[in-house]
Amino acid sequence: MSIRSLLLVGAILVATIALAILGERATTRSASTDRVTVIYWEKWTGQEGEAMRTIVDDFNKSQDKILVKYLTISGIDQKTMLSAAGGNPPDVAGIWQDQTFQFAEAGALTDLSPMANEAGLTRDYYISSYYDALAKEGKLWALPSTPASIALHVRPDLVPKEYSTPETFPKTLEEFDAMCEKINVRRPDGSLELAGFLPSNPGWWNWSWPLLFGGQIADENGPTVDTPEAERAFEWVLKYSKMYGVKSIQNFQSGFGNFASPQDPFMSGKVATELNGVWKGNYIKVYRSDIPWFAVPFPYPKDRPDLANHTFLSQDVLVIPKGAKNVKEAFEFIRYVQRQDVMEKLCTSHGKNSPLQKVSEEFFANHPNQAIRLFDELARSPKAIYPPRTGFFPQLNSEHGNIFSEVNTQAKTPKQALSAAQNRLSTLYAKYKSQVLAK
Amino acid sequence: MKVNRRAWVGILFASPWIFGFLAFMVYPLAFSFYASFTNYSILREPRWIGMANYQELAGDLVFQQSVQNTVLYAIGAVPLGTILAIALALLLNAKVKGLAYYRTLLFLPTLVPMVAQATLFLWVFNGDYGILNALLRMVGFSPPNWLGDPAWAKWTLVIISLWGCGHAMIIYLAGLQDIPPSLYEAAELDGAKAWQKTRNVTLPMLSPVIFFNVIMGVIGAIQIFAVPAVMFPGGAPSRSTYMYASYLYDNAFQFQRMGYASAMGWVMFLLIVTLTLTATKLSEKHVYYETK
Repeated sequence: MSIRSLLLVGAILVATIALAILGERATTRSASTDRVTVIYWEKWTGQEGEAMRTIVDDFNKSQDKILVKYLTISGIDQKTMLSAAGGNPPDVAGIWQDQTFQFAEAGALTDLSPMANEAGLTRDYYISSYYDALAKEGKLWALPSTPASIALHVRPDLVPKEYSTPETFPKTLEEFDAMCEKINVRRPDGSLELAGFLPSNPGWWNWSWPLLFGGQIADENGPTVDTPEAERAFEWVLKYSKMYGVKSIQNFQSGFGNFASPQDPFMSGKVATELNGVWKGNYIKVYRSDIPWFAVPFPYPKDRPDLANHTFLSQDVLVIPKGAKNVKEAFEFIRYVQRQDVMEKLCTSHGKNSPLQKVSEEFFANHPNQAIRLFDELARSPKAIYPPRTGFFPQLNSEHGNIFSEVNTQAKTPKQALSAAQNRLSTLYAKYKSQVLAK
Repeated sequence: MKVNRRAWVGILFASPWIFGFLAFMVYPLAFSFYASFTNYSILREPRWIGMANYQELAGDLVFQQSVQNTVLYAIGAVPLGTILAIALALLLNAKVKGLAYYRTLLFLPTLVPMVAQATLFLWVFNGDYGILNALLRMVGFSPPNWLGDPAWAKWTLVIISLWGCGHAMIIYLAGLQDIPPSLYEAAELDGAKAWQKTRNVTLPMLSPVIFFNVIMGVIGAIQIFAVPAVMFPGGAPSRSTYMYASYLYDNAFQFQRMGYASAMGWVMFLLIVTLTLTATKLSEKHVYYETK
């Protein structure tokens, strides 16, 4: 090979490596504009994604200094974390509320409190529980994009007539359990055809059962899993497992279709009641608008009337990852989303309630969910609960999934399952403190 | 001097690969080895803790359960997959009409993406409406709940693994076609029947291919991740399908315990190396290499 050819090959190689190193980067995709480009990663696809895209388009049209580039990203939590570790994160990321403190305690988020306070986005601007779920020790790590509250959805055509209105529906768990026993229908071979209620459906919030019985799963010193309230909660789960039978539940539940389909057990009439979020109304509208339904607060234990109107809250949130290049502009966009008219437009499109203290009458009047006032009231309830504000929540959540599974399959008694989980979580929390919190 | 220049040109042409290998293989490997001796939570600097991660693994009950699940899966999936792939290869090695179509048909399932495969099998194994249970009921069985029963969920994964045996089958087929026909002719002259020819000619001649496929099968089984992740999130029910790779992934990306996950990765590596070396040693007397 001649020197000339060698030089040519060398030049191509250098150009390739240079392009790889200096080429397009996640946060510096430059648009042909003088505006500052804000890169926004969001998890939503489909209708929810399009609703947010409309908000982004509105923001881009509303001013000429900032251009938000909206990108739908799968596995957004891991990618945001890794991009922050690599020093090249997006300017705004849409994650989930229950991950906020995992990110914050790992040092992956920017404290929004100075900018939020200056912009008037203080606690009294929001429904307090939604704000509190994102703030700790004077720092604010995220602001809501869309929130939700959870309630019991009921099919009046499947429950006994005397319980078929929100007013006459059982208020206490004891009454509720008795009603469910009346609803259950079995086929001649003994298999279930209709269930009053299944704690394992949809099975998304197993960490919350102890809280619905007045307990807590963690305090400032770490996990508090094996409390009397938790034992009572999982005894209640066990009661349903015994009522139906383990195999019967397994067979019955394996026939359930996806929640976003007409085969969803609530929509297809396999369960008469289901604990679910405000978004459920959206799916009913799309897949089975013909079915009657209403929503009520989840019943409370008879001896704990103080727990009436309890619910738990979840939120999709907007954060600014640590190391974002355009923090000021990113917050400008987040601030825009918090405007009452913008937030109401977004929440209406998503079929959710608003996280803001002030809500217009038009929002309620035009909202697609018939029970939106209830979900709004529940969010404002002093008994509204949210996941513990600790970065250790993923482990707590994972262990509660396992406790639930062990109790529901009757592999362990609630006491055994809770005690084993407490031991394991205590050890893991000690590691978490030293590894992540560096304490 | 001329040789040196030629060598440099070769290295230059290979340099993109060398660069990629160093940056994306050697560096991550070395870093994960270092990380396995540290507290490392991705966003904070790794802190040296010596053997603590490895010591913790020894007492971690969930780790032990994930190892047990994975080993049971491998014990089920590898032999069954091997037997089925050899049987199919033997059938496809016969001289029958439309052979090319049969080969294509049996290889096609391996092209289905993992996630699509998992979604498909969620329906096939559905306890109430699945086609498998419908067929079993038709012939008078009382079928189990494959997906919901902790006693059956793992074995569901074993059965699903057979879906991808087309890959090994093609390699066996190539091995079968490499066996000299003269050996079969000699066996026939000695009066050997079909089974005797299979046992005394085919299997010994195929043994290096079987050995290779078994080793690859064991490695694949120990690393199983995608199908259980889609079909049994969180290792449900009751962690009966929680596999080694799933627990490793959760520690790394859900719980931010990258140091601990790195230690798990290296233990997995050692496990695979040990199994491979043991298998190589044990197979010395049973694997026939023509060149030896």
